[in-house]
Amino acid sequence: MATAVNTAKSGRSIWDGGNEPFKASWGKLMMWFFLLSDAFSFSSLLVAYGMVRYSHPAYKGSAEDFKFSTEYWPIPEKVFEAVPFLEGQELPLVFVGIMTFILIMSSVTMVLAVEAGHRNDRRDVEKWMLWTILGGATFLGSQAWEWTHFIHGTPNGGALDPFTGQVVYGANLLHNQYGPTTFANFFFFITGFHGFHVFSGVLLNFLIFYNTTMGIYDRPDRTIDPGAHRYEMVEKVGLYWHFVDLVWVFVFTFFYLV
Amino acid sequence: MAEHTQHDSTGEIAKPNTAGIWFTFWILLGITGLEFFVALSHIFSHNVNVILYIIMTIVKAGYIVGEFMHLRHEAKSLIYAILLPMAFVIWLIIALIMEGNAIFQSA
Repeated sequence: MATAVNTAKSGRSIWDGGNEPFKASWGKLMMWFFLLSDAFSFSSLLVAYGMVRYSHPAYKGSAEDFKFSTEYWPIPEKVFEAVPFLEGQELPLVFVGIMTFILIMSSVTMVLAVEAGHRNDRRDVEKWMLWTILGGATFLGSQAWEWTHFIHGTPNGGALDPFTGQVVYGANLLHNQYGPTTFANFFFFITGFHGFHVFSGVLLNFLIFYNTTMGIYDRPDRTIDPGAHRYEMVEKVGLYWHFVDLVWVFVFTFFYLV
Repeated sequence: MAEHTQHDSTGEIAKPNTAGIWFTFWILLGITGLEFFVALSHIFSHNVNVILYIIMTIVKAGYIVGEFMHLRHEAKSLIYAILLPMAFVIWLIIALIMEGNAIFQSA
């Protein structure tokens, strides 16, 4: 703050150098700008989904009479109603709700790890990083199950193939029992791109956990960014992890609810 | 990060201060629960539902970015540097939804 006051007196702006206008370390700023660019990637995917959905007719009838067809866009709650170990029961959006809860929860444990890092509390950082890794891995496992179910499809199949007239079972990039082929394509691309982010996040979280356990952040001779604190790496990776949770909030709304 | 207690020279570790984090968690959980209620109760029309979902999603996003990612407590210039570019996304939404409608009308 002292430098800011001095430059103001000498008639120079805070952008003329010699201080930190953003009051954040270099590494943290770069993480923020990376996340901004990543937000554009996910926005493009979700907006493209919106466009393709708007170019297809919507289902007009009541939810009870809904049947899979390539003629209209499906109602998501009729597509995503399977839960592991409860095969054959109609439980709309229950499993995706559990996945949402897991991801929010792992975001909370991540903030708790960041908070512990601010206090230089190595044991607490270890504990909360471990919970965060566990949450991320559970989410990935759930997504693997959901993909498997989506690809294999329901026992009686769904929509009729518009070219051959035969019942389609399951979904891939060419055929889709739940509705228009692009619906399955967007499911694979959007949840896949997000899932890959979760996967990278779990790897980064593990790296932070490992470094913490090895006492690397407590080493007094370690060089850190000017203005950063010793455990700031936890905070930077935390930003990424919260972003992954943030994206899921939007995927959940625009893919599973709307 | 002046509001955070630092490790002092005696090696004492400060007590955790997590009430705000859990408060944010309950808000996020509550809104998600509300979204499920809106989705499964079928009391509103689909268009009303969509408006409610979008409002609740933006509130959730605000809490995640503002509290969990700490953006609310950063310098004003940093907040604007992150939020203002998102205006391009609003343009993209309007442009492509109109495009999608045009494809639907011509099909």
